[in-house]
Amino acid sequence: MKVVVCVKQVPDTKGGVKFKPDGTLDRSAMLAIMNPDDKAGLEAALRLKDEYGAEVSVVTMGLPKADAVLREAFAMGADKGYLVTDRVLGGADTWATSTTLAGALRNLDYDLIITGRQAIDGDTAQVGPQISEHLHIPVISYAEDIKVNPEEGTVEVKRQFEDRYHIVKAKMPCLITCLSELNEPRYMTPGGIFDAFQKDVTVWGRKDLKDVKDEDIGKVGSPTQIAKASDKVAKGKGEQVIPDSPEEAVDYIMGKLDEKHVI
Amino acid sequence: MDFQLDKEHEMARSLFKEFAEKEVKPHAIEVDETEVFPRETVNKMAKYGFLGIPIPKEYGGQGCDVLTYVMCVEELAKVCGTTAVIVSAHTSLCMDPILTFGTEEQKKKYLPDLASGKKLGAFGLTEPGAGTDAQGVQTKAVLSEDGKEWILNGSKCFITNGKEADVYIIIAYTDVVLDKKGRKQKKFSAFIVDKGLPGFTFGTKENKMGIRGSSTYELIFQDVHVPAENLLGQRGKGFPIAMHTLDGGRIGIAAQALGLAEGALGRTVDYVKERKQFGRAIAQFQNTQFQLANLKTETDAAKLLVYKAARAKEAAAANGYKTRFSEDAAEAKLFAAETAMDVTTKCVQLFGGYGYIREYEVERMMRDAKITEIYEGTSEVQRMVISGAMLK
Repeated sequence: MKVVVCVKQVPDTKGGVKFKPDGTLDRSAMLAIMNPDDKAGLEAALRLKDEYGAEVSVVTMGLPKADAVLREAFAMGADKGYLVTDRVLGGADTWATSTTLAGALRNLDYDLIITGRQAIDGDTAQVGPQISEHLHIPVISYAEDIKVNPEEGTVEVKRQFEDRYHIVKAKMPCLITCLSELNEPRYMTPGGIFDAFQKDVTVWGRKDLKDVKDEDIGKVGSPTQIAKASDKVAKGKGEQVIPDSPEEAVDYIMGKLDEKHVI
Repeated sequence: MDFQLDKEHEMARSLFKEFAEKEVKPHAIEVDETEVFPRETVNKMAKYGFLGIPIPKEYGGQGCDVLTYVMCVEELAKVCGTTAVIVSAHTSLCMDPILTFGTEEQKKKYLPDLASGKKLGAFGLTEPGAGTDAQGVQTKAVLSEDGKEWILNGSKCFITNGKEADVYIIIAYTDVVLDKKGRKQKKFSAFIVDKGLPGFTFGTKENKMGIRGSSTYELIFQDVHVPAENLLGQRGKGFPIAMHTLDGGRIGIAAQALGLAEGALGRTVDYVKERKQFGRAIAQFQNTQFQLANLKTETDAAKLLVYKAARAKEAAAANGYKTRFSEDAAEAKLFAAETAMDVTTKCVQLFGGYGYIREYEVERMMRDAKITEIYEGTSEVQRMVISGAMLK
């Protein structure tokens, strides 16, 4: 079984978020870590390695310094590491990122692709599902439990929702996005760290991406425009309204959606 | 001369730091209060290889260098002095002599279980009448007539990991010879002693000022039959083995002291920014600022000596100990221990009344720091070692 995990190096938001004057994240002022949801994904993959001898490859897209997350993945037990880095890939939004990662993943064999649900620096939760669309494979998002049946070539995933869960079974190959609640990722080992720096990381640039158009990558390929960036605001308690009629309810909801620029 | 850690060591430090914060720190107050050996934490450290850091992979260790081990002890000590000394005694005082002086059979028999943390190690030299003065050792080993066993009698005191360990390096005298002036001189030998041998029992548990969760016990040997193959190194060469072992152990204790100083200082920096007196944070008073500057400078100086000693031991091990690291180890331990005591005491002072309250933890660090000036060679012994080499 071959499992590929997509991970992202993100600024550690625990110590507070720092912004540049233009409103974008000041990544240099913050400690870089492996995105927590992705780390849970890696742990899930490593458990498949422990149980079924799966080969675990890790792919990351970012600046050359993102090499550090691949070393960390090696030190936890990953087998292969791929760093996708190129100047022309810079400034990518979720669309351009997923296009790029899909282009990289087309070079690899996989039964399962695991990504984190979302990265703590963008909180979009879009890249994983988008990759599955590019690769034409099923996606199961928000996994909080993963069971693999290698003989059947299937996975059974418990998907978390706010007030319920779904159990979804799918044929492999497929893509799973997982939550940090999925598991408690293992620590690295000291010896594993030193071995990790002896291993080779495969570095891919633009030319190594398969079936990817120039207009779909980097800043040029990013339709997203950032209006404003802010620190995450804790979700409030919500608002309860008891309208007198269905019409009033619809008006209220439409008003709110309009207010939030959803429509 | 390079003062920058490479990426590997930086990553190893981040690992130890994360582990210490998440797995060790939450239990530190309880470990101190209850004096309960943190077995669960030790098991977790075993799982991640922390109990075999400088042991070659062929013997089941992590194959890392001394500096990595030192950083592990340092990071643990920042949050819990007890946990740090458990690792230090196990690694430096039990595994290191087996690795350095053991036969291939002894290494293969003992190191994999110790390095994986399946077993825990300890070391016994000190006796009620023999601490700094090793000639006072009364524990005696006599070879049986058939030459197959050593019969061990005597006792050891203040043994770290005492009752929790499984494998003990025990120093006993095996011969008495006359020196040039016709005075009796004991010749010592080192033994690897397994827990559970008939006649090997434990005496009282010490009720200590600091490192209260570490298992400090008296070991009692009454006609304990130790297999002849468990003699470590040569008969009569136990004293140099003990001294070598303590040299290495001093680097571990120096790292513990360093971590205690850093841990107390880190908490104090946070505290003085929060604590308000006369309408402003006490960090704004020049007394606080100057004190912090002094404490940081001392601590950083200690760090350089500790890391230098780790490098010196590493270099010495690589050339079969043709070069010495005793003075480096003694300087590191002397300075780091005295720094730890000074820094933690002044941190308690900067905390004021709250510093005296257990919940704030700096008082525990101060209590933990005191032992670093005493065990594995008192500060006075370190001064003897350093000046002895200077005046040779």
